[in-house]
Amino acid sequence: MITKHKISSIWKILENVKDPEVPVLTVVDLGIIRDIRYHNDELEVVITPTYSGCPAMNTIATNIKLELAANGFEKFKVTTILSPAWTTDWLSEEGKKKLKAYGIAPPVKETLDKSVLFGEQPEVECPQCASTQTKLISQFGSTACKALYQCQTCKEPFDYFKCH
Amino acid sequence: MTTQEALFRYTLQIGDNALILGHRLGEWCGHGPILEQDIALTNIALDQVGQARSILAYAGKLEGKGRSEDDLAYLREERNFYNLLITELPNGNFADTIARQFFFDAFNFYFLTALKNSKDETLAAIAEKSLKEVTYHLRYSSEWVIRLGDGTEESHQKMQKAVDDIWNFTGEMLLMNEVDKMMAAEGIGVNLDEIKSLWDDKVDEVLSRATLQKPESTWTQKGGKQGVHTEHMGFILAEMQYLPRAYPGAEW
Repeated sequence: MITKHKISSIWKILENVKDPEVPVLTVVDLGIIRDIRYHNDELEVVITPTYSGCPAMNTIATNIKLELAANGFEKFKVTTILSPAWTTDWLSEEGKKKLKAYGIAPPVKETLDKSVLFGEQPEVECPQCASTQTKLISQFGSTACKALYQCQTCKEPFDYFKCH
Repeated sequence: MTTQEALFRYTLQIGDNALILGHRLGEWCGHGPILEQDIALTNIALDQVGQARSILAYAGKLEGKGRSEDDLAYLREERNFYNLLITELPNGNFADTIARQFFFDAFNFYFLTALKNSKDETLAAIAEKSLKEVTYHLRYSSEWVIRLGDGTEESHQKMQKAVDDIWNFTGEMLLMNEVDKMMAAEGIGVNLDEIKSLWDDKVDEVLSRATLQKPESTWTQKGGKQGVHTEHMGFILAEMQYLPRAYPGAEW
């Protein structure tokens, strides 16, 4: 006997699935869940990758399936779409707070624009001491979604979740 | 060639550029001049291999013979790869890698910007996704061309030599073959003639800021898009395809 769950309760269930590389963020915080819908009695969860080569995506899809199975779902699938392309604008406010508390500076400007092409740097606040005297060390950090910064005040290096 | 066949070839052209250049950049892993640049080059490699995966998966669907993106990447012969010759050139020194990356990124940036308007929804979606990543790549490679070109006497000389050495491989990026022409006419592909001036302007701007001379030669090496490669391609495939060929069906 299949009972359909309310879509809102499924969103709640998916909050248990964390980003394996930034474990303070849930897949809901990240904004990568694009849709949850039923086709007759089959549930479909639609996700979109953060970056084309993000190695966490396979794990995330598996973890979503495991979470659904653990909650008694039997017929479900996870599908991936590429458009509209994921943007850091979809990070939840809650997610940004969690990132900062975890020591990763959240994205400061909305979406990436052409200013990225040359020079213009956003003012990034140090997640340790809140100083804005920070310096970009490298546009590419420990994962595809992060840049490497250093605080000029407390001297601590930190990750910045870059605009995308 | 039917439109469907041309579309399959077109997706291979795009996917193979990303795959082969991504593989080349991956060779820097553990060999970068400093840790940050090692990480940067391999991040770009990761983006490109990810883009290759999306597009080769689509190519496999278009072909309809049940080949996956892995089959296309790891079980194809050299003559059936259609990447540009510039993407398969060896890494050389850091300046050589940067020159190769900059010329290709500048092309790729305008190519994907135009491909976003493709009538083919999947290609348009892949272009939209990839462009966000390639914007960061172009910024990275442009900045390094400027930093090395307008740096010390030695870095200037090495960057100029790198630009001169690779120059004759840049023209192929903007040459239209039969597949390109068919796809452009269908509104699926990019008319490369329309992005040539954008590429030229970008190259002029960056080279001049880098105090580097733009080579004058207009002759170009070509053949990659027809499956005719440099002597380097076989060595790439030997390394890249070794594992799946030696252990068919091996999984991570």
